[in-house]
Amino acid sequence: MAQLKASLRPTPAPPPEPIPVTLNVNGVERTLHLAPWTTLLDALRLHLDLTGTKKGCDHGQCGACTVLVDGRRINSCLTLAAMQDGRKVTTIEGLTTGDALHPLQEAFIEHDAFQCGYCTPGQICSAAGLIAEGKATTDDEIRELMSGNLCRCGAYPNIVAAIRQAMATVATKAEGAS
Amino acid sequence: MIAIPSIPGFLKEPNGPIGKPVSRVDGRKKVTGNAHYAAEFTLPDLAHGYIVSSAIARGRITRIDTAAALALPGVIHVFTHENRPSLAWFDRKWKDDDAPKGAPFRPLYDAEIHHALQPVALVIAESFELARYAARLVHIEYEAAPHQTDLRANRADSFTPGKDKGGFQPPPKPRGDPEQAFLDSPVQVDAEFTQAAEYHNPMEMHATTVLHHDDGTLTVHDKTQGAQNCHTYICNVFGLAKSAVRVMSPFVGGAFGSGLRPQHQLFMAMLAATQLKRSVRVELSRPQMFSFGHRPETIQRVALGADRDGTLRALIHEAVQESSRNENYVEIVVNWSGQQYKCDNVRLDYTLTRLDVHTPLDQRAPGAATGVTALEIAMDELAGKLGMDPLELRLRNYTETDPNTGNPFSSKELRACFQQGAERFGWAKRSPAPRSMRDGRELIGWGMAAGVWDAMQGQAAAKAVLGVDGKLVVSSATADIGTGTYTVMTQIAADVLGLPIGEVTFCLGDSSLPTAPIEGGSWTVSTVGSAVKAVCDRVRSQLVTLAGKRDDSPLKGVAEEDVLFADGHLIVRDDPSRRLSITDVMRGSGTLSIEEEARALPYLLARARHTFATHSAVFVEVRVDEDLGTIRVARVVSAIAAGRIINPKTARSQIQGAVVWGIGMGLEEGAFTDHRLGRVMNHDYAEYHVPVNADVPDIDVLFVEEHDDMVNALGAKGVGEIGIVGVPAAIANAIHHATGVRVRDFPITLDKVLAGLR
Repeated sequence: MAQLKASLRPTPAPPPEPIPVTLNVNGVERTLHLAPWTTLLDALRLHLDLTGTKKGCDHGQCGACTVLVDGRRINSCLTLAAMQDGRKVTTIEGLTTGDALHPLQEAFIEHDAFQCGYCTPGQICSAAGLIAEGKATTDDEIRELMSGNLCRCGAYPNIVAAIRQAMATVATKAEGAS
Repeated sequence: MIAIPSIPGFLKEPNGPIGKPVSRVDGRKKVTGNAHYAAEFTLPDLAHGYIVSSAIARGRITRIDTAAALALPGVIHVFTHENRPSLAWFDRKWKDDDAPKGAPFRPLYDAEIHHALQPVALVIAESFELARYAARLVHIEYEAAPHQTDLRANRADSFTPGKDKGGFQPPPKPRGDPEQAFLDSPVQVDAEFTQAAEYHNPMEMHATTVLHHDDGTLTVHDKTQGAQNCHTYICNVFGLAKSAVRVMSPFVGGAFGSGLRPQHQLFMAMLAATQLKRSVRVELSRPQMFSFGHRPETIQRVALGADRDGTLRALIHEAVQESSRNENYVEIVVNWSGQQYKCDNVRLDYTLTRLDVHTPLDQRAPGAATGVTALEIAMDELAGKLGMDPLELRLRNYTETDPNTGNPFSSKELRACFQQGAERFGWAKRSPAPRSMRDGRELIGWGMAAGVWDAMQGQAAAKAVLGVDGKLVVSSATADIGTGTYTVMTQIAADVLGLPIGEVTFCLGDSSLPTAPIEGGSWTVSTVGSAVKAVCDRVRSQLVTLAGKRDDSPLKGVAEEDVLFADGHLIVRDDPSRRLSITDVMRGSGTLSIEEEARALPYLLARARHTFATHSAVFVEVRVDEDLGTIRVARVVSAIAAGRIINPKTARSQIQGAVVWGIGMGLEEGAFTDHRLGRVMNHDYAEYHVPVNADVPDIDVLFVEEHDDMVNALGAKGVGEIGIVGVPAAIANAIHHATGVRVRDFPITLDKVLAGLR
């Protein structure tokens, strides 16, 4: 089973040649030359040195790599960078405005909504997407719609509390602005 | 150099930061993406490694063909056992601070395969994707040998281990005549419990980045709970000078025990970096996170005999666990049963069975999470047979001394945990009969359990540097795996010297810092916190001395115990108008900085005469769908006695997180091996289930008052483990209360409940 005859083994294809990919990352246009098999996650982490976006499984099973593409939350490990050519990508590094933290970032600190911090950027980006979707109004809905983001430290109750608070802050700000 | 820290009564500064719910000092870094983990450091010459895992569970490699991989442009090298350099020969060179008795696994050492997913080759390439692709092209032929991975099938072939690992205590000798007392008991419970293997699965996959500097020195960013443990290991294995290597782990993306031993990605990255003389990163894949240590599969028997009034007459607890062929991994599973309840006739047995698996590894509350679960379910079953409230049964057999040793506890507020937890939960309103509470189609069950964990302390050193600007830097080579070490150490230092939190920086995760042991077992506040306190006490004494030197000083002639440290000032306790700022004290004496180093030791005499433990009482409500068997944990109250709580905010998070682990252990987590192949079949996050947000209700944590001035200079016992202990049992007991179905096989998945409901 583990031993395929040499004659049956496929001839390895040569590694793919790089292609140009342009991404607008956190408001800055970046053109990269990437092998087309490069995921958006690896493009961010390895080619743009934006390591705030985390790799927790590389299989789309944990949500640690969640970023916003054109405002929608996605698992950046499940898409190739080349597939997002021309799109707007927002990562955890893009949520702060100067020194000012995003209301979610403030709320996560205040509610101790993380421990090791590894899933945190994904949780926060996912929560930003969740708030933009406007579907969650109750704690149970937050729980359900945040269940694509694993937290092995088990900070879930605090994550829910932080999102609830940030949701209210964002709503108040939006009211003030309108 | 050794300093015995002052007694906790010395921590009497009004409004000091100890005991305050301070937000994490590293919080801003973590929420902005500026906390950097092991795979997030780089240099321009960085090469990427990808590990090839064995396709068989046991046997030997007969041929490795790397030609196809090496033919790809950009592939630099493929390391195998055939081309590895000469490495350390003696087993002791491969040992680490958490190694049990035996011969540690040596990656790429020879052609032998000892367990499934064993690393057998390392591909190094110019890019991550290329290394991963090339790894698939490494062709390996094996000669398989018969393997044994089934604990149940091999349990008869077990042996009694000795004191085979640091921190392990073999069970005490039997007391009384447990077999006869059991037979004579009018009420009996005798049951078998099984616990599936669990994998730590921290969110950050194990990774190591070795930065190769121009002068030949190496900076090693590793995912570890002990930078110095890994430093010693790699220096020994690769024959490197200690000064040529520095291991760093300032941020660790969870570990829960997985980082207690140097894992093979560290070896692999070091191998490539030292051979290729360039920077290398090796990151495991999620499936490869199932290629090393795990909480061992366990089979237990608990037999309880009692009088009709609930008094325990006999207690027998036997456990058999898996270990590897090469090492005796041991954990304390059964001893807790002899410690938790008063009983005159007790037998505790613990044995190991060798299987063709990687050596198991400490995982959150190792041993206790497993053993106490069996005990606490058996107690619930006994309560059922007696027609007695389960809480009442535990109080009936409560003990103020440790029956295993006859020694008193340094402190034990378990009674307060029972009382306050029950009150918060509303336990008195429980309807005793199983299947007697419901809400529509949902059967409601209330269950409870008690928990226990050791309050250990090791030796650690810390260094403090106080600048004339009043800024303090304290350091020790410990770790913060999400536990809050940065924050609580900052609080302790700030408290002792009366500094604002923002003026104190705590450094950790660096092998070059003062010695600290591996971070785990809930002993870091006790161990490192005591060292931090000791070193800050010294700085404090120095400041008092300096302050009293000048004739015009308002603190002239004032004894140290009469000086209060607050708001960056030295203040005469009885006359607050007599004060000097730390800056003025140092300037006035021409001191630019005060540097101190101190080491703290446990109170050995007190430890010889007492048992030191944390305790808990956990109450759980589950809701079980009568038709579908789906189980939902609806409510948890966890009452904890753990001495002084340095930071109620981070401590509460520790307990909450551990309760979530208990939910995982109780209902979801299990690695399932196909014994024909000897491989774990559910080796990723999709198939190995861990709790998600929707699985977790609000968790009510309460800390009961517990005063302990023997445990250490802080009076703090540590909270990392205690929160999980008892939770799986409380869930199982609640499920029984809801449904009348008793499941003793973990995890309790709905099929097991449904089978009983039908």
